[in-house]
Amino acid sequence: MKLLDCPLIGPRPIQEFQSGGEVRDMPDPKLSSDDEWSNYVFNRRGEPAVKREWWYHVPSGTWFIAVRDNRTDQIVRTFLYGSE
Amino acid sequence: MPKRLPPQPGEWLDRNRTVAFRFEGKTYHGFVGDMLSSALWANDVRLLGRSFKYHRPRGVYSLSNHDVNLMVEDGRRTNLRGDVLPITPGLDVRAVNTVGGLKRDRLRIIDRFGAFLPVGFYYKAFHTPRRLFRFYENQMRKIAGLGKIEPSARWPASPKDYAFCDLLVVGAGPAGLAGAIAAAENGLHVLLVDEQQRPGGSLTWQWAGDAAARERLRELLERASMLDNLEMRCATQAGGWYADHWVALFNDRRLTKLRAGATLVATGCIEQPAVFYNNDLPGVMLASAAQRLMHIYAVKPCDRAVVLAANSDGYRLACDLYSAGVDVAAVVDLRREGDQTEMSRRVAEAGIAIHRGHAVYEAVANRGKTVVKATICPLNDDGSPRTDSTSAIDCDGIMMSVGWAPNSGLVSQAGGRFRYATHVEQFIPSELPPGVFAAGRLNGVFDLQDQIADGRRAGLAAAAFLGKIGGTIPEALVHRSSPPSHPYPIFTHPKKKNFVDLDEDLHLADFVNAHQEGYDNIELMKRYTTVGMGPSQGKLSNMNAVRILARLNGASIDATGSTTSRPFHQPVSLGHLAGRRFHPLRRTPMHEWHAQAGAEIIHAGDWFRPEYYRVDGRTRDDCIYEEAANVRRNVSLIDVGTLGKLHVMGPDAARFLEHIYTGRFENQKTGTLRYGLACDETGVIIEDGVVARLDDDCFYVTATSSGVAAFYREMQRWAIIFKMNVALVNATGQLAAMNIAGPKSREVIKDLTDVDLSPEQFGYLGVRRGTVAGARATLMRVGFVGELGYEIHVPASHGWHVWNVLIEAGRRYDIRPFGIEAQRLLRLEKGHFIVGHDTDALTTPFEADVAWAIGKNKDFFVGGRSLDIIRKKPLTRTLVGIVFPQAHRGPFPEECNLIIAAGEIAGRVTSIARRTTLGFPIGMAFVRPDLANPGTNIEIRVDDGNLVAAQVARLPFYDPGNGRQR
Repeated sequence: MKLLDCPLIGPRPIQEFQSGGEVRDMPDPKLSSDDEWSNYVFNRRGEPAVKREWWYHVPSGTWFIAVRDNRTDQIVRTFLYGSE
Repeated sequence: MPKRLPPQPGEWLDRNRTVAFRFEGKTYHGFVGDMLSSALWANDVRLLGRSFKYHRPRGVYSLSNHDVNLMVEDGRRTNLRGDVLPITPGLDVRAVNTVGGLKRDRLRIIDRFGAFLPVGFYYKAFHTPRRLFRFYENQMRKIAGLGKIEPSARWPASPKDYAFCDLLVVGAGPAGLAGAIAAAENGLHVLLVDEQQRPGGSLTWQWAGDAAARERLRELLERASMLDNLEMRCATQAGGWYADHWVALFNDRRLTKLRAGATLVATGCIEQPAVFYNNDLPGVMLASAAQRLMHIYAVKPCDRAVVLAANSDGYRLACDLYSAGVDVAAVVDLRREGDQTEMSRRVAEAGIAIHRGHAVYEAVANRGKTVVKATICPLNDDGSPRTDSTSAIDCDGIMMSVGWAPNSGLVSQAGGRFRYATHVEQFIPSELPPGVFAAGRLNGVFDLQDQIADGRRAGLAAAAFLGKIGGTIPEALVHRSSPPSHPYPIFTHPKKKNFVDLDEDLHLADFVNAHQEGYDNIELMKRYTTVGMGPSQGKLSNMNAVRILARLNGASIDATGSTTSRPFHQPVSLGHLAGRRFHPLRRTPMHEWHAQAGAEIIHAGDWFRPEYYRVDGRTRDDCIYEEAANVRRNVSLIDVGTLGKLHVMGPDAARFLEHIYTGRFENQKTGTLRYGLACDETGVIIEDGVVARLDDDCFYVTATSSGVAAFYREMQRWAIIFKMNVALVNATGQLAAMNIAGPKSREVIKDLTDVDLSPEQFGYLGVRRGTVAGARATLMRVGFVGELGYEIHVPASHGWHVWNVLIEAGRRYDIRPFGIEAQRLLRLEKGHFIVGHDTDALTTPFEADVAWAIGKNKDFFVGGRSLDIIRKKPLTRTLVGIVFPQAHRGPFPEECNLIIAAGEIAGRVTSIARRTTLGFPIGMAFVRPDLANPGTNIEIRVDDGNLVAAQVARLPFYDPGNGRQR
């Protein structure tokens, strides 16, 4: 079972976490066209790459970002949103 | 015990304790320390089992935890492997997969029809004619499979436990022991596991005839025992390697979930058989099995042996056999150059004939189907047998020492890669993932001293990896003498029955046929022939299968590759994996009260909730109806403690809620409630509840019981993304909640609270804080069930008390508790949908007819932009009320029954109630917008296929003016 580094309390088994999907920047709802908005809402990029993902540590209620290479399932680093 | 040897220096037997056991109905004796296989062999029992497909007789073959020739059942457990089943007093077992007992197995006749049962036979033969398939399947199921499951057998729940260490070392042979010691001496907490009953690995059998090697084992064990930070577990297998060194260990009692910092795999090699005619007869066995029999169990493998060798290990075996008093008739060496080691010199000195460049071409059986002769012949330059000059040697045992395959399962599961190394003619690791180390024969290191050095190297490397030591780690050692494995110990025979996979009775021709039919890839060949799919998972067959396919393809071994290794590496009882189930369950503080009041308790998500309260002499439907009627008529109390309860506080609290919910909250007055409807980014309804403003910067929010965890999580994320100054607390478990509802509810609580309950002071959709029955409470005037009511939230520690006080105070007014079924009925009468029940994963506020809950002129809310797009599109369905005639008879629709219009699906029932306080049946349904006008007649297809008439009705059904709840 994989370990994941919670930025607050350190490495914990993956079963304590929930994935929140890839970090996606919301386009400005006022400026984006219907197509642009639909693309943001519905489409996900599934390509093999180093991804920035939302993860939630359930017991401590902590959202954070994990940089993960989904080709090797290696976690590059984790940090709190906005801290870098 | 006619085949028992005199005491051997390293034997595992307790000769003072004799054990009586039964096999196939007959009583035998062995010693404590014997396995079933060794005890039977000691008693000169040579027919141990029947093979999977042809029901051929089988005997001891590998004796090292993957010998599937002897599999037994005891009426409770099945498919127990005899080579790892200790004999115990009272053990009473039978061989699996026989009809009428092992000796007279009626299915042994199948062996004669082998020629008509090539691989793929089932696929080709049994699909036509189609009408007979059921018959074929039935017959096939009777014949296929091994042990029978005894459904009535009960097995105690397997415990699971957890373990932690810095370094896990798998395999307590010379390399594993040396590695564990080196790591522990450098400060690591080491866990060393070995599948055998005692540590030592090959030192306990292969080298056990050598006094110096026995002394090495004694030294290693003594050093290991002196290290407090080195824990050893024998009879324990590492079954699976999972991410980040999470390893499943199991023994006969339990599964242990181990988290290690690093893993050192020293699992050694598995000896591989040669493939020749009748190579599966009882009496034909691996050299390692013979050595295990002699050195560990003090059993004579046979009286007169032929050793088939392709390495110096075979000559060591010949010496061991000779020392044990076995008449060694010949050593047949596949290599033309023979062997140049000390061992071969000693064999020659003992007067044992050595046939270099020869092969055993056939094993010849007697009527009792055990070996009586070995037919040998010289080999051509290309390695094929010269069948024109065979000769026969009388013997009752053929020992094969032709090569090894790495026991590589764990390393492969961990992501390690292997390459084929011709200097040892085996796969060795070429790439190991971080923190995974390999040592010993698995690493292609065979010399005993080299194995110990290689183990030490790997142990130091692990210590360096974990930051315990610095400096340079010794270089890995390389095998120097001739290859311990033969590149192709496989010989064709016109009569076939030269077995590659003993688990599945596959012989060489099966592979040739599969290849001819186009299965020329190792993974395809595996699936077509089923090689490696038997109980031993190819431990004795995969390597030869790769060699065969490589030759058929004219490709290298590396280009041929091998099949994927998956957990579990060894068979594990399903009971171990199932274990006991742990599932969190939540009870409200009033749970005991409900139970004593006769509540029918159901699981609602994690929660236990009263469905309804049983009354003697009343049916379930009666009870639910009467509970609902009492709400309408008098006053009733429901436990709503499972509701999600969230505090939202801070300067940005109102603005935050406007972002989360569709409605407006910045202009909400303190002391009031508003309906909160939340969507996800696509505009789909995900939550609803009430939002109470307690102060300028302080809100109290309720959410659905099942949705609150996810909703709270998303709120937390949005708070981060919006960068808002807001604090969120999920107080669901901290607070108890109950709803007192009914025309007399105010009467019940007016003397119990310091809150002014007068309608002028505390009107509908108001919220007040005060005390109820002495407990700090938040009171909310909600109208979910359509009557005057108060939702009372108190600390969980006071929930039971407040509930009891309300029940006592309500007796004068005929108060009753009501459960969630009555609540569902009451809200349906009021036309309230339940998120996730009446709505689904695509329902928008427009479809659910709650567009009124979308605030006007809002800057932003989650889902808002999507709703702007959806708003412009035509609706495809609308949630409406439906009514049935009061006199409805016959089948009644159920939830999810379809609405049919002109033969087409035009909607779906989402909620339905036959018996209501209104006097007629009602429901809610999604319908096509053209059917949504009140008064429209619709038809619902019920489960038996009939159509039932209903009519679309205006919501709510009950009290449309909402006068009763105000």
